[in-house]
Amino acid sequence: MVDTPVAVAPGKATSTAAVLGRKEDGAMLGVSRSSRYIAHAVLILGIVIVAFPIYYTFVASTHTLQTILRPPLPLLPGDQFFENYSEALFGGVGRIGGVAVSTLLFNTMVVALAIAIGKIIISILSAYAIVFFRFPFRMVFFWIIFITLMLPVEVRIMPTYKVMSDLGLIDTYTGLTLPLMASATATLLFRQFFLTIPGELVEAARVDGAGPYRFFKDILLPLSRTNIAALFVILFIYGWTQYLWPLLMTNRNDMNTIVIALKKMISFADADTQWHLVMVTSMLAIIPPILVVLLMQRWFVRGLVDTEK
Amino acid sequence: MSPRVVFPNKVLPYLLVAPQLAITLIFFYWPASQAVYQSTLREDPFGLNSKFVWFDNFKRVLSDPGYLNSLQVTAVFSVSTAFVSMAVALLLAVMADKVIKGRGLYRTLMIWPYAVAPAIAGMLWLFLFSPSIGSLAIGLRSLGIRWDPLLNGTDAMILVVSAAAWKQISYNFLFFVAGLQAIPKALIEAAAIDGARETKRFWTIIFPLLAPTTFFLLVVNTVYALFDTFGIIHAVTGGGPGRSTETLVYKVYSDGALNQLMGVSAAQSVILMVIVIALTAVQFRYVERKVHYG
Repeated sequence: MVDTPVAVAPGKATSTAAVLGRKEDGAMLGVSRSSRYIAHAVLILGIVIVAFPIYYTFVASTHTLQTILRPPLPLLPGDQFFENYSEALFGGVGRIGGVAVSTLLFNTMVVALAIAIGKIIISILSAYAIVFFRFPFRMVFFWIIFITLMLPVEVRIMPTYKVMSDLGLIDTYTGLTLPLMASATATLLFRQFFLTIPGELVEAARVDGAGPYRFFKDILLPLSRTNIAALFVILFIYGWTQYLWPLLMTNRNDMNTIVIALKKMISFADADTQWHLVMVTSMLAIIPPILVVLLMQRWFVRGLVDTEK
Repeated sequence: MSPRVVFPNKVLPYLLVAPQLAITLIFFYWPASQAVYQSTLREDPFGLNSKFVWFDNFKRVLSDPGYLNSLQVTAVFSVSTAFVSMAVALLLAVMADKVIKGRGLYRTLMIWPYAVAPAIAGMLWLFLFSPSIGSLAIGLRSLGIRWDPLLNGTDAMILVVSAAAWKQISYNFLFFVAGLQAIPKALIEAAAIDGARETKRFWTIIFPLLAPTTFFLLVVNTVYALFDTFGIIHAVTGGGPGRSTETLVYKVYSDGALNQLMGVSAAQSVILMVIVIALTAVQFRYVERKVHYG
């Protein structure tokens, strides 16, 4: 949940290009055929380790509860796919007060989208102000925002909870999302990008009679498209995978995010955990963010390497 | 910052920064200052009265064996997680750098866990390795390993470290691949012509040239292990068995939210803030200038 500090200086631009653009440049001198085979073998083993827990969860989500309770589980999917998924999605799960997983998915989607979009809007505006205007206290504001890098929720759990309950924001979408919308990472990223926009461009726009609004809408936003896409992927995942915050902010079962509800569904101590539904819920909690990462892979990789550097 | 062309506008910039500033002040600075303030107070058990006790809470925290234990747990957990996930990722990245066919495919298959919430990663691993229903736990037992993460502290630690490291492999992999591709190929080929074998080339050229990436990842992974893994601990072990997996952040949570020890929890928060500030400073000081290869 911590925003990883961003180094404001440039410097790693090359590596971004390298991740994205580098084409196969043929066999490298000194890498023998056999060592290339070994490399493939190691990579395949690595992928098995990386993918196996997810694959096995999928397998488990298609078996009956009885099969799961008698390990070892088969390596291939069973025939309960439709039964299990429809039961979890629409039937409601007893352990979490009969809330259907579709409700949880909806909550989580709202949270992830609101955090991603809200954060992008808030940060692009403040970065715009800090880079393209001169006003008293400009640098003070910049530092106020910057220092929030050092104040992750984890280090101020109880006081934050107190503030939220005083404001009556427990069990609300506002409470789940608004506090997470302000963070320095996105602002710093936009600031860094805006600083690379040549002054001539601003001047030309002003000569042509564009005010701050026109300049923002017609020049700055189109130029920032890639950055926005990249940030969107990262922030969507950030929002989707939140744990401590929704844990503190929700009491009602129907306001839970899917990750929190999943935790509530599991008990290793007692026997009546409905494992088949747990597995279905896990899959449903994993698939949306994975899809976002895979479909937007180009921006994601670029955004990651950019934001963190 | 270089002098820039700017818009002459008096009010607009304030309106633009206002949303972020408002959220920051209300949800960051206000609670953080409350944490500092509370850390100097002691409340009676009913929360009715509190009195100012200077640094008493800090003294209590730092002399509490439970806290020292969780410091140690955190150190073991963070170092192991960072080391395991970086070592595996580096190995895979080096291999990916060697192959010609299928690089893109490998990368695509490798980045999945990034999208998995830490808590879910923990639950998946617990599902695989739970003594009662874990399919892989059966494998361990048939090898004669006595394995019970629900009762044995070391086993529990191994389990949470595995889950935490697993989730972080994708991230480290992407950065190592980027770092490797930035190393000039000519350098490596020159060494190859001079007769240096692959292992030697790795340790004498590639690894030292990766130092900036490695150092950067070390800081990021430490921060990850300190804070983002709260979900894993909370969902998988709840700090137990005993207190064998109770990390600093988990302790702040359990002392504050579960046991209602406000002053003590606040003092721990303040200590954590100091740790974050130190880490951030380290990151800026060294990563900014880049660790240089002497």
